[in-house]
Amino acid sequence: MTRNMILSLVAIFIILALSIYLVLPTTTSFLGRPIVTKLGLDLVGGQQVVLQVDLPENAVPDRDLLVKASQIVENRVNGLGVAEAVVQLAGNRYINVELPAVKDVTESIDTLKQTGVLEFVDMSHLSDEEAFALIDQTIRTDLEETLGSETTSPITTTGVVTETVFHTIMTGAMLESVETTTNQLGEPVVSFRLTPEGTKIFAEHTRQHQGKILAIVLDKKVISTPRIREPIETGEGVIEGNFTLESANALTVQLRYGSLPVPLKVAETRTIGPTLGEDSLRKSLVAGAIGFTIVILFMILYYRLPGVVAISAILTYALITFAIFRTIPVTLTLPGIAGFLLSTGSALDANILIFERFKEELRSGRPLGLAVDIGWKRAWPSIRDSNIATILTSLILFWFGSTFGATIVKGFSLTLLIGVLVSLFSAIVVTRTFLNLVFLYFQPSNYAKWFGL
Amino acid sequence: MINILGKRYYFFLLSLLIIVPGMITLGIWRLPLAIDFTGGSFLEFKFNNRQPPPPAEIVLLFNDLGIRDAQVVTTEQQTIIAKSSFLDETSQAKLLKSMEETFQDSITVLRFDSVGPTIGQQVTQRAVIALAIAALAVILYITFAFRGVEHAFRYGLCAIIAMIHDVAVVISIVAIGGRFFGWQFDSLTLTALLTVIGFSVQDKIVVFDRIRENSAFLKRLPFETLVNHSIVQTLQRSINTQLMTVEFMLLALALFGGVTLREFSTILLIGLFMGTYSSIFIAAPILVVWENREWEKWFKPRASKEAA
Repeated sequence: MTRNMILSLVAIFIILALSIYLVLPTTTSFLGRPIVTKLGLDLVGGQQVVLQVDLPENAVPDRDLLVKASQIVENRVNGLGVAEAVVQLAGNRYINVELPAVKDVTESIDTLKQTGVLEFVDMSHLSDEEAFALIDQTIRTDLEETLGSETTSPITTTGVVTETVFHTIMTGAMLESVETTTNQLGEPVVSFRLTPEGTKIFAEHTRQHQGKILAIVLDKKVISTPRIREPIETGEGVIEGNFTLESANALTVQLRYGSLPVPLKVAETRTIGPTLGEDSLRKSLVAGAIGFTIVILFMILYYRLPGVVAISAILTYALITFAIFRTIPVTLTLPGIAGFLLSTGSALDANILIFERFKEELRSGRPLGLAVDIGWKRAWPSIRDSNIATILTSLILFWFGSTFGATIVKGFSLTLLIGVLVSLFSAIVVTRTFLNLVFLYFQPSNYAKWFGL
Repeated sequence: MINILGKRYYFFLLSLLIIVPGMITLGIWRLPLAIDFTGGSFLEFKFNNRQPPPPAEIVLLFNDLGIRDAQVVTTEQQTIIAKSSFLDETSQAKLLKSMEETFQDSITVLRFDSVGPTIGQQVTQRAVIALAIAALAVILYITFAFRGVEHAFRYGLCAIIAMIHDVAVVISIVAIGGRFFGWQFDSLTLTALLTVIGFSVQDKIVVFDRIRENSAFLKRLPFETLVNHSIVQTLQRSINTQLMTVEFMLLALALFGGVTLREFSTILLIGLFMGTYSSIFIAAPILVVWENREWEKWFKPRASKEAA
């Protein structure tokens, strides 16, 4: 046995042992990483919602605002108590939300899309410093309603810094318009106008609490703590606060659209009932098992001894790939499984290419060991080039899928990509090493019987 | 040795026999695009206790709610499929509620997709761009990988021409299937198509690789003989790989996979078959046609064409 071969064998053994460990259903974490088999919505049922930035076609939304919006959506999804929900940005206009096993579809969408609750909160008893320290913190107010009926969850999860329950004077519903302007000194300020009802409430409050702090609170999070300079009777006022143009704009946007820094609308909803999902999963598994059995039979009947080697190489490939799926983790959808099956085809193709060359070399009278080496070397350029082309294609598809929230294409190309990479490893290392190993101990002379020549 | 290349014009004709009717179907009835690309909604549901009511009554209910373009069919599994214009979440809830009220039974939603019109259009546009980029990347890569042989660029271009041929066949079949069996081109079909493209190119490279290898030591042979030789040498592998392994897997998917996957795998089945077919009967022959500059003889008297 050569040094290279021993090294390869050890490497295969370690990788294989690790993969088997990772694939075991009892393994739930490895080196602090969770290990899970993630099944997509089409297999377990659930709902996918694509939210789209509701701005004119040519307006490019600011990346930071979009990231912020998707975080807020994520908080709300977590507030819904859906296990394993996914929220991710797709390109620069879309937020993709996946809610596995959600029953009441409409309610969940309502929660995602709502602009959030804006409150004007009385902080009269606090000093400037105390109030300022509360900025970006979550507080309690006496306004009961927050996110639908789930009043408490978003508050408790983010951590409340003070036990004080503040009084809410009015909500953002009383705002008629908000814009960024400048004051006499040319400093940016946020000016607003209230509805008639709001004007009344605001006038009364500001009269009684002149010089005190009136905090602006979004989804229970303090965003600004301005001081009431003078009573506002007309319903038109300005918020001053050492703003830069940017921070003034940010506050304007928040006041206007609520806690979502960009307006969102529902661009796409997809609901898959749990029964349909289970049915698809079961049938696909059966189909996969049948397909794989036929492949095993064919490979062994046609290629004989190398066929057996190929099957062990393919099983190694499948184990490693599945272990990677569980580690990343890759969400397995129906197209994802199809992508995996196709890369299995590609792994088989590599073996077939090697064996056909191997047989050619045997036919031209080369000894076994040499035939393996030359056969592999001749097959390699075609395996390499054809797989690189597939890798290129799947990378482009993956980009396409992630940019447009086209989860079908994304899931497919990701499993295809991983599968093809592992299949290259299996062709380069596993098949070759296994073949060499077999011929080290067993050198049949009846080629027809052992190689189907 | 089998002379495959000698009959190349018959193979071209065979492909045209599928593609031309497909393109005519496409020209008259258009591609049956699903809501993934056009926008709209797709609802599949069933009543828990009663038989499905006549589709016309359900269409009426859609109309009453002011929902446009409703089309309703019932399936063999007693489920109801209703397609209509895009529905926001409020209309979705309203629709389901009035469905239960009108027909006096609770319902189970199997699938409810609703796609806004703009997102669909963008997906289509970008898919075409993604495809063009992929094709270009493949041409560049093949040109690079085949830099050792004469006219390396031709190999990349021929691979892409044959790939376009495969796409044309698949689209023709979707168009014909759409006209006669109600097939739809949805994002799964798109995925199938993209796979066909990837594998078509992969297969062409394997066959071209043999030409690349042979041209190193069989330089004195005429190009046509060299290519034919290479095709025959890779024939066993082509048959085994595509027709046995990939097709076995997909056949199982097509036969036993859920309804969701059936159309997908049928299209893949045909597409992947074409991927292998076109390597041998389209890509390599075009390479020869190009080398011989045969188009110069196409419109000459018959005698010279027979010789070709």
